[in-house]
Amino acid sequence: MSSELPDIPDLPGVDPRLHRTLEVRDHTGEPRRWHLLDSGPLLAERGITPRGTLLAVHGNPTYSFLFRSLVREDIPWRLIAVDQLEMGYSERTGLKRRYQDRITDLSLLTDALSLRGPVVTVGHDWGGLISAGWALDNRHDLAGMILTNTGVHQKLEEALPKALQLATAPWFRTPSTSVTDAFLRTTLSLSKPSLPREVQDAYLAPYRGRARRRGIDQFVADIPAGAEHPSRATLERVAGGITELGVPTLLAWGPRDITFSDRFLRDLIQRVPHADVHRFEGASHLVWEDADVAGLVADWLETTFGTAEQPRTAAPEWRPVSAYAEQAPERHIGAPIAELANDPRHAHRAAVVELDGEDGESREISWSLLNRRVDDIAAGLLAHGVKPGDRVSLLITPGADLTGVLYACFRIGAVAVVADAGLGLPGLTRATIGSHPDWFIGIERALVGARALGWPGRRLSVQQLPTVDRAALGVETSIAELARSGAMMRELGAPLNAPWPEPDADAAILFTSGSTGPAKGAVLTHRQLGAMFTAVGDTLDLAPERGLVAGFATFALLGPALGAPTVVPDMDIMRPGDLTAPALAAAIAALGSPAVFTAPAALRNIIDTADQLDEDGRAAMAQAASFFSAGAPIPAHLLRELRTLMPSARALTPYGMTECLAVAAIDLDGIDAAGEGSGVCVGRPVPRVDIAIAVMDELGTTAGEITHDTDVIGEILVRAPHVRDRYLMLWGTTHTAMRFTGWHATGDVGHLDQDGRLWVEGRAAHVLATASGLLTPVQVEEAAESVPTVRRAGAAVVGPRGTQQVVVILETEDGYRPGKPGRPRPAEPSLQEAVRRAVRDRSGAEVVAVFTTSALPTDIRHNSKIDRAALSRWSAQTLAGERAEAL
Amino acid sequence: MSAPTVLVTGASGMLGGAVATALRDRGATVRAFQRRPAGIDGVQDVTGSLTESEDVRRAVHGADAVIHLAAKVSISGPEHEYRAINIEGTRHVVDALRAQGGGALVNVSSPSVAHLGRAIVGADATAADPSKARGPYARTKAAAELLAMGADGTDGLRVTSIRPHVVWGPGDTQLVGRIVDRARRGRLPLLDDGMALIDTTYVTNAAEAILAGLDRIEDVHGESFVVSNGEPRTVRDVFAGWCEAAGVPAPTLRVPGSAARFAGRVIERIWEKRPGHDEPPMTEFLAEQMSTAHWFDQRRTRERLHWTPGVSMDEGNALLAAWYREHPIH
Repeated sequence: MSSELPDIPDLPGVDPRLHRTLEVRDHTGEPRRWHLLDSGPLLAERGITPRGTLLAVHGNPTYSFLFRSLVREDIPWRLIAVDQLEMGYSERTGLKRRYQDRITDLSLLTDALSLRGPVVTVGHDWGGLISAGWALDNRHDLAGMILTNTGVHQKLEEALPKALQLATAPWFRTPSTSVTDAFLRTTLSLSKPSLPREVQDAYLAPYRGRARRRGIDQFVADIPAGAEHPSRATLERVAGGITELGVPTLLAWGPRDITFSDRFLRDLIQRVPHADVHRFEGASHLVWEDADVAGLVADWLETTFGTAEQPRTAAPEWRPVSAYAEQAPERHIGAPIAELANDPRHAHRAAVVELDGEDGESREISWSLLNRRVDDIAAGLLAHGVKPGDRVSLLITPGADLTGVLYACFRIGAVAVVADAGLGLPGLTRATIGSHPDWFIGIERALVGARALGWPGRRLSVQQLPTVDRAALGVETSIAELARSGAMMRELGAPLNAPWPEPDADAAILFTSGSTGPAKGAVLTHRQLGAMFTAVGDTLDLAPERGLVAGFATFALLGPALGAPTVVPDMDIMRPGDLTAPALAAAIAALGSPAVFTAPAALRNIIDTADQLDEDGRAAMAQAASFFSAGAPIPAHLLRELRTLMPSARALTPYGMTECLAVAAIDLDGIDAAGEGSGVCVGRPVPRVDIAIAVMDELGTTAGEITHDTDVIGEILVRAPHVRDRYLMLWGTTHTAMRFTGWHATGDVGHLDQDGRLWVEGRAAHVLATASGLLTPVQVEEAAESVPTVRRAGAAVVGPRGTQQVVVILETEDGYRPGKPGRPRPAEPSLQEAVRRAVRDRSGAEVVAVFTTSALPTDIRHNSKIDRAALSRWSAQTLAGERAEAL
Repeated sequence: MSAPTVLVTGASGMLGGAVATALRDRGATVRAFQRRPAGIDGVQDVTGSLTESEDVRRAVHGADAVIHLAAKVSISGPEHEYRAINIEGTRHVVDALRAQGGGALVNVSSPSVAHLGRAIVGADATAADPSKARGPYARTKAAAELLAMGADGTDGLRVTSIRPHVVWGPGDTQLVGRIVDRARRGRLPLLDDGMALIDTTYVTNAAEAILAGLDRIEDVHGESFVVSNGEPRTVRDVFAGWCEAAGVPAPTLRVPGSAARFAGRVIERIWEKRPGHDEPPMTEFLAEQMSTAHWFDQRRTRERLHWTPGVSMDEGNALLAAWYREHPIH
C-alpha cells in the first residue's frame, strides 16, 4: 500500500540541497523509498574532507528535521539523518516494523550508501535504541556514540512513566496518535520557551492526515513494555551490548522530560561509565530544539576525534587544573579531628559550639566527642549499606549534626552533595535531582520536601522520627539510630576499619549559586578539597588555638578540617544578613580572640546594631583577631566602620569562587595602599595560587593568548591545587572553563597591576563591547556611582557585540527601598545628564539611557552581587519596544 | 581643473537645502532641481518635475554628479503617486546620466527600504527589499534603490546609496515641527511609554555623510550605507529634547503601541478615501517606527565613508533651541 509521498516544503534552517531520496530493499526484500538529509555534497562543494559520518536516527514522533542543526561550519562531519520508514518523508508501507526490523532496515540503507567508518551514531528517543542496535551490528565502522533523551532500561515496565504507560495501552494509543495528532502536538508543546511557529509547522508537515501518521501509532506499539513483548529480546541484546562497545560516548540530556527522565540517564551512565555527560538544565525532551546541542557536539567531536588533518580516536588524557599546580601538603580530610581527640591538651576542649540566645543554652561538642561521633556515624552508614563512591545529598542545618555526617562521609569515601539553601526551593530541587544522589539525608522539613517533590535517593532522617512519620516520608532510618548502632558495634569490638578514600576519588559536589543560570555542581576530589581547606586555613591563619566564628553557616564546616574550634552565633542561618552585633559579640567571647567570618550582606546590619552592644559586648568585639567576608568585594568604607568595632582585627576580604574558594586576599591596609583604580582590588594570590589574564579582543572574546602583563584587561584565569575537578554532568561547561590547558577560566574580568595585585571588574560575559572599544561593567558603574545622589549602579548593554550601547540602572539615595527589585523608570533628565557626563568623563563611554529602580536585583546567596544579566535582559526587551519581564 | 558641477534634486527640503549649501560652500557649481525655485544664494535653480523625463534630462545635462534627494516622503496617500515620483523619477535621473555618458550618483534612500517590521537593534544596512518594506513610501524607495544600484558600473555610472535615519534640525516642518506642535496641544502620544531606542541624524551630519559618499564614490560605489548620529536615544528622550528646545512641555500622553498600530491602520484607510489637508495623525508605519527599536551599527558606514558626525545630539538640540528662540511658536 505504498502511497505517494508529498512534496517536501521549504523547512526552516534546512538547505534544500540536503534532501536526498533513494530506494533500498528493506528486511522483507522489498524496495522502499527513504528520505534523508545528507550533507556530503555540501561539504564537497566547500572543499572539506569530512572527518567521518554522523549517522543520525530520530525517534517518535519527529523526523530528520530534528538534526538540521548538525550542519554547521565547525562540524566537519558528513551528516546522514534518516527518516525512518513509515515516518517523516520516507515511504509508508503499511508494514508493522519491529525493533529488530528497523535495525536491519537501517543497516541495509547504510550498505546501499556504502557508508564506511569512522561513523558516530546519533540517536534521540527511540532512535537512540535503533542507533545503538546499528552500532552493535556495525562495530567495524563505529567510532563513537551520541545519545540524547533515550533509554535502554531493561526494567522498562517499572521505569516507564505514567504518560508512556498510558500511550502504550492499545485503547489509548490509536485515538491519540493516529486519529488525532495529539501525541505530536504534546511533544512539541513541552519546550519552554515554546518553539517558533514555523518550527512546529515543520515537525507537523510530514504527518498531515491520518494515513501519514500511522507510523507513529505503530512505533508506539513497539515500545517493549512487558517481558513477553516480541521486541523484548532485541532490547535486552542492545542494552547488554552497549556496555561492551567501549567507544567514546556523549550523553546529552534535557531533564524536563516526562518520558526519558533522569533515571534513564542514570541507567545509561551505569552501562557506559566512561561517557561524557551534559545535562541541559531546563531543556525538555526535544533537547535539540531547547538547547545548543549541536554546539556541544561540535566541541565534543573535535576534542575526541580531532580533525581530518590531525585525527585521533579518543580525547587526550584528562588532567584537572589542580594537577598543573603546586601541591598542598597531603592530608586526609578530617584527620585533625582524630589527632586533637588523642591530644590530651585539646581532647576535651570544644570543637563545635552552637549558641542559642532564646533559652540561653548552647550546645558544645569536644574534639573527643566529635571524633567518636564521626566514627560512629561512619560505621553506621557503612553497616546500613552506604558504599564508598555513593552520592549522599545533605540537607541539614549547619551545626554539629551536619559536621558529624559530613566528616563521616569524607571518612568512608561517600561523596557529599552540598547545595546551599540560599538557592531557594526550585534551585534545591534542580540541584538534588540533577546530582543523581544515591542517598538523601535531611532534617524533617527537607524530607517532607523530598517526598513531595519526588527527590531521588534512599532517605535517612537526622533525628529518629516516630514510626508513622518515617513511613509517611519513606525514611529508612536516622543518623541518630545509625550512630547508636555504630557505637554499639565499635564497643562490641568491631572498630571502624574502612580504608581512607583515595586522594583522587570524588569527595564532594558543591552547588554554586551563580548570579546567572541554574546552579552548577562543582566536583572536588579529596586531594582538591583538602587543598582548599589548607588554602583557607593558611589565608585566615586558623589553628587549634585560633578558633573561627562562623557567621556564614557553611564555614562552620571548615573548622574541623583545620583543627580550629568553631562557634556558630545565635542567628537564623538561612538569613546570614540578619546577624546582629550582640550575637556576634557573644560568639567572639566564647572563643577569646578568634577569626570572624560573616556574609557580606551582614556587615551593614552589624554596624547598624552596634549601639545594642553593652560594655562586655564591646570588649568582646575588640578581641577579634581577624575579620573577613567573602562572596563579593567589600567596600573599604564598610571595613573601616567595622574596624572601629574591632580595632585589633585584621580586616580581610578574600576573592574566590566555589570552583576555587581562595584565589586572592587583601586587608584594609592593602586596600588603602592600592588606592583608586579600575575595578575592585582583591589583592595578591594566596599561597600556591597562580593568576593569569586571558587577553580579550575588541569583541570581548578570548582568542587564546594568556598574559601576566600588567594592566591588560581580560578574563581572569586561576591555577591552584584546590581548583575543582569538573562540573557534574556538564561536559560542555567543564570544557569551556578549561579551554586554557591547566587553567580555570573564572568568567570574571579584570587585570593585574604592577605590584602583582588583581583587580576584578565584573563578569567576562558582561563586558561592554561598544563601537568605541571594550569596557568593563565596573568602569561604568563606578563612574555612575560618583554622582552624589546615586547609591548603587548597575551597567547593562543592549545590541550586538562590537556595537553595544550602554544602559545604566540606578538605586538613588532617596528612592532606595530594600527588598524585591522594582520596575525601573526613566531617570529624571538632570540625573540622566549627570550620569551620562560622569561616565563619559571617567570611562569615555556614551550612555544611551538611565533608569532608576527601588532596588537592583542581586543574587540570592550573597545579596550583594548585582545581577547584570537580568539588567541586560530587561534593558534589551524594554529598549526594543517590547514589554519587559520583571527584573 | 574647474569646479565640478553637481545637481541636487529636491533642494527645497531641509536636507536637500543643507546639501546644496554645503556643496556651494566647498566651491562646487551647484544646480538645484525641483518644482519651485529653492532660492538658495549661489545655487542655480532648474525647475521641473521628476515625472517628466525631459525636465530631468535638462537638469542633469552637463552635471558631473547628481545627488538625488527628491522623493514623495509622505506617510500616507495613494501608491501610484509614490511610484511615479520615487521609482520613475529615479529612473529618469539614471537614464539622463546614462544618456550623457555617465557620472556619479548619490542616491539618498531610507533605512526603511530594508525594514522588516521588527525591531532593529544594532544592525548594519541590509539589501533593499520592496517585497518586505512596509508602506508605499518604503516600498517605492526600496524599488528605486534597487534600480539605482543596479545601474552602478554600467555606462560610466558610479552609484552609492546613503540612507539617513530620521533627519531633524532647525526649520524642520516635517518631523520636529509636527512633534512640537502636537506636544504643545497635548496631543502627542508616547507609545509604550516611549522606551524604544531610536537613532536619529542631525541634518548637517546627514548632509556631510552624503557629500562623503560623493567624495568617496570611486571606493564605495555599489554599497549602501545607513547614516545616523550613532547616539541612539529612547523615543521619549528624543521628543523631550526637541520639545525642550522649542520651549513646550514634553509629551505625557501614553498609548499602548499595539493599540496605536491598529488605530493607525484604520486611520490610514480613511485618509486614502477622504484626503484632508494634513497628514493623518498616526499611521501604522509611523506607529511602528515610534514604538520599536531602530538603531544601527555605524562602524562600516564611518570606516568606508571616512566620515563621523560633527554635531552631537546635545549640540544639535542646542542649535535647535537657538533657532526656536529666533522663530518662536505662536
